[in-house]
Amino acid sequence: MIEVQSLVKRFGSITAVNDVSFTAQDGEITGLLGPNGAGKSTSLRLTYGVLTPDSGSARIDGVDIRGETSTARAHLGVLPHAAGLYNNLSARENIAYFGSLQGMTREAVRNRTDELSRTLGMEAFIDRRVKGFSQGQRLKVALARALVHDPGNLILDEPTNGLDVMAIRGLRDMLRTLKAQGRCILFSSHVMQEVAALCDRVVIIGHGRVLADASPQVIRDTVGAATLEEAFLRVLEDAEVAS
Amino acid sequence: MRPLFTVFFKEFLENLRDRRTLLSALLFGPLFGPLMFGAMVSRMLNQSVVESDEPLQITLSGREHAPNLVRYMESQGAKITFDNLTESGARDAVRRGGVQVVVIVPSEYGARFIAATPAPVLLVADSADSQTRKSADRTHRLIDAYSSGIAQLRLQIRGVSPLLAAPIAVNDVDVATPTGRAVVVLGFMTYFVLFAVLVGGLYLAIDSTAGERERGSLEALLSLPVARGTLVGGKILTTCAYMCLSLAISLTAFVFVFRFVPLERLGMSANWGVGTALEFFAICLPFIPLGAALMTFVASFTRSYREAQTYLTTVLLVPTLPIAFASIYSLKTKSSLMLVPSLSQHLLMTSVLKDEPIAPWDFMVSAGSSSLLALLLIVLTARHWRRETMLG
Repeated sequence: MIEVQSLVKRFGSITAVNDVSFTAQDGEITGLLGPNGAGKSTSLRLTYGVLTPDSGSARIDGVDIRGETSTARAHLGVLPHAAGLYNNLSARENIAYFGSLQGMTREAVRNRTDELSRTLGMEAFIDRRVKGFSQGQRLKVALARALVHDPGNLILDEPTNGLDVMAIRGLRDMLRTLKAQGRCILFSSHVMQEVAALCDRVVIIGHGRVLADASPQVIRDTVGAATLEEAFLRVLEDAEVAS
Repeated sequence: MRPLFTVFFKEFLENLRDRRTLLSALLFGPLFGPLMFGAMVSRMLNQSVVESDEPLQITLSGREHAPNLVRYMESQGAKITFDNLTESGARDAVRRGGVQVVVIVPSEYGARFIAATPAPVLLVADSADSQTRKSADRTHRLIDAYSSGIAQLRLQIRGVSPLLAAPIAVNDVDVATPTGRAVVVLGFMTYFVLFAVLVGGLYLAIDSTAGERERGSLEALLSLPVARGTLVGGKILTTCAYMCLSLAISLTAFVFVFRFVPLERLGMSANWGVGTALEFFAICLPFIPLGAALMTFVASFTRSYREAQTYLTTVLLVPTLPIAFASIYSLKTKSSLMLVPSLSQHLLMTSVLKDEPIAPWDFMVSAGSSSLLALLLIVLTARHWRRETMLG
């Protein structure tokens, strides 16, 4: 479970994240939805602790990310916006590097990599060097790398950016599988269909604030819109008017 | 400690598979110095051997006007080719490069000589060509020697002591020892060694910082439960390992190069062997963490490979500054200078080359100051890595 409470982050005179709170439950996919520059990435970065908030806190399975960073991160897998791989290493070596840095034994890493290779369908290329991999293959390796230590929580920052249709569909299936395993999944996106198709819960962010936080169905009903896209635009418009 | 070695082994392996890193760190960098140096010294050797061993080649016109001069020159070992060139013909011949030096004796030479007024001789040569200039100088000296011999005879005949015509006698006293002279040449070598050290780690410093950022793997790495100081420490450690390799390869290459460069032919004893190579290695070892930390520190501020390359090329020149400063002011080895990294290594290596004893204290100060500065830079780099701006 990921709990975010009253996060505030300023860069100079700009307040990028202004009092953001939400909770992502286990066994659910939570989508952070908002236009570019709304503060999604910053909120996620504060949540996995590479940025320090000016106030507020984030907890992973009840452990404060600032107070006990290492413990909290042991329960957390992260797929950042830029999830580059090491081209001169094989897929297996890429995964093993992160596993080792997570403190796993060599054997545990090997077993877990084999397991992930089966689940994510990487057997064909697991021992090949990453150089020349397709986007879909790269995404699988990056995802396996984030999951190597078997975390209960997974954060993905705009994971579908730059992917082709096949890869996006593959990712959806993988996320559903992970959800079925009871994990807590939090991901950000600015693409409506993606969120509508996947999420149990939607948190809409605009101008660094949470504008709505409910299931897609509830959000649609509340603003009286037929589609989530329409609902999203209305919520944003209301926020514009209010500010 | 384990994450430190995890980072170390991963970086080591990854760069071992990178052709660009391998070529620059373990081939071009370490071999550039020894090869360049071998070529330089060989060329110097050949030139000076030419100067003393080869007979002087002169083309001469108007032999019939000055038979005694010709006989004198031949008696001094000059190889004279006789020709019948006019002044403009001689100019063309020299310009075309067919002949190096042409001496023309005009027809009035005999009459002037008998009248004891200066008898003209034309010496045609191209002073822009360093090889020709040497031959021209030798010809000039030969004719001067003949001329002053005749002058002495003329004075004696007139009852004047020839000594009156030589008011001052300059005696050259050159105190340079054979090894000391060699050191002028070998001074280049210490820079080539330090250069090899830095180039060995150049690409690693870039790849493990700016490279990590450019390929987008940095943020994932920073989200792991590993202290950032450990991450950057492992990276600096790998850079050090490659620099050690590069230094070892470079010194081995120097050992081979000196086998083939006969320094003793110049009257220089170079004192270079495996033992010296090991001493060099020990002297340069404390410089390695300093160089690695400096390059990683600078590269940590850059956003791309290209930007890092631009800045680090400048860093490669940094160790030249104290060395250049020392040679301009011709600083001698002093304990206080041992505080300056790169200069202290340069001075210590020079002492080894000159076969001078090294005070243990000097060595310790040199190693200590370099290590201390390295430590400071590692701390600064780790601190920079802990900043939020590292995410870029």
